[in-house]
Amino acid sequence: MNQIAQIEHVDVIDTNPITGYQSFKLGNFVISRDEYFAKITWQVDGKEHSHLMSADAFLRAVMRDVAWGFFYGWVNFDHVIGTQNHYGSVDFYAGTFNGVLKAAGVDYVENFQTPKIMATFKAILHDWVNEGFDPFAAPEETGSAFGRKNGNNSAAIDRYRVATKRMPGLEGDSPLRDDLPVNRHFLDVDQDEPLVHCEPGFEGQLSGFNLFKYLSRSDVTWNPSVTSVCKASLFCPTTEEYILPIFHGNDRVEWFLQFSDVMTWNIADKEDGSPIARIEMKPGDICAMPANIRHQGYATKRSMILVWENATADLPEKYASGELPPYPIDF
Amino acid sequence: MNTYTTKFGSLKQYDKGSIQIIQGKATNYAFSNVFEVAEKAQPYDKTIVGLNQKYVIETVRAEGQSPWYTASHDEFVIVMDGEIRIEFLKLKNPLDAEIEGTQLAGEQPDGVPMGYVVLKKGHQAILPAGTAYRFDAATTSVLLVQTIQGPLSLEKWSDICLK
Repeated sequence: MNQIAQIEHVDVIDTNPITGYQSFKLGNFVISRDEYFAKITWQVDGKEHSHLMSADAFLRAVMRDVAWGFFYGWVNFDHVIGTQNHYGSVDFYAGTFNGVLKAAGVDYVENFQTPKIMATFKAILHDWVNEGFDPFAAPEETGSAFGRKNGNNSAAIDRYRVATKRMPGLEGDSPLRDDLPVNRHFLDVDQDEPLVHCEPGFEGQLSGFNLFKYLSRSDVTWNPSVTSVCKASLFCPTTEEYILPIFHGNDRVEWFLQFSDVMTWNIADKEDGSPIARIEMKPGDICAMPANIRHQGYATKRSMILVWENATADLPEKYASGELPPYPIDF
Repeated sequence: MNTYTTKFGSLKQYDKGSIQIIQGKATNYAFSNVFEVAEKAQPYDKTIVGLNQKYVIETVRAEGQSPWYTASHDEFVIVMDGEIRIEFLKLKNPLDAEIEGTQLAGEQPDGVPMGYVVLKKGHQAILPAGTAYRFDAATTSVLLVQTIQGPLSLEKWSDICLK
């Protein structure tokens, strides 16, 4: 168990004698798993409600939420379960952003201090991710999430979001990826680096790198990682394969630019999950994700996309209050 | 079939995606294609293709030599097609920090040569705060610039976006 889990109390209920997995309590939620499913249980008016997710899909979703530090806004694991980041505390909800469950009054949401829910989610990953399963990888690249407890894969789940101050490769900044192998889907991507010539006395002040090479060596899928910082404007490209393991409802506008190959985005209402649009993006396409939607991407071939975020701290309340419209451009 | 072909776009060959609307308007997504925008732009026009409050992504068609530019903050360029050379000068009198966005730096800015970078498709460079820089395109190229909306930034959403 890692350091934060030792400091923040993680409520382990028991270890199932048959499956070998631990069950966890997070406030009034009970989170357990068996050979196939993760089960989330909560109470409304003294009555039990519950939701099952494929263990495979659940672990891929929790992996992103942990690696991203709960990210921006809503991270829906599926149409029922998810988290909302309040940047210091985090809501964990069941049904609160599902139109039918919310209207029926059977939803439940509880707020947790970020270290508490982070420690619990990490403990779930450490216990439930078996040897040979990498929840950060695409299905073709990794083994099965199913079955009874069989070892663990701490190396796979202890990877975090790259923190970049200005640009990878600059002195004192995040590293390039020359030590990682090229992904099997990107073997045809040029690996040449730009020519950088600095006059004497200016060594290290000019810098360039091959971004597509850097992305071709990404060892994870669906993990926006910062590669350039212009004040609060963050370029966070990532490589995508299979399905985005979460349905992201942002608390601000973000933009996607397709660098390579093809992706499809399913767009739904942020509050109730009703479908709004499907967007197909091809190389060079750029589009906004408005602040009132949730989106989930699909990619058959591993593809390179640029996720562009504005990290300005006061944006969520401006969108929530209506001071800013949800759509970035009026034309 | 053991190998995969990674498909990138270019000025000569790009294919725009699409929006299938169930509710609402296509314009909500401000959907454009940077190669199409560059194809229809004048050389070194800085057309905004992404706008998030004051921050922008601009698409630039690089052809021949550009004017000298400068900014008070870091900017970044990614080459989407073609090949460019960027020269840099360390300015004697950099801009005040309150001035944001790309500015013209004049015919011959007062500064010390710092060196140059040569970028091909997929390459990225920092355009450091307080420098002047100038693009030279060996072939017609397509650039993305990450910066803040400035006096040179052009908005023409209804010409470039899906409706």
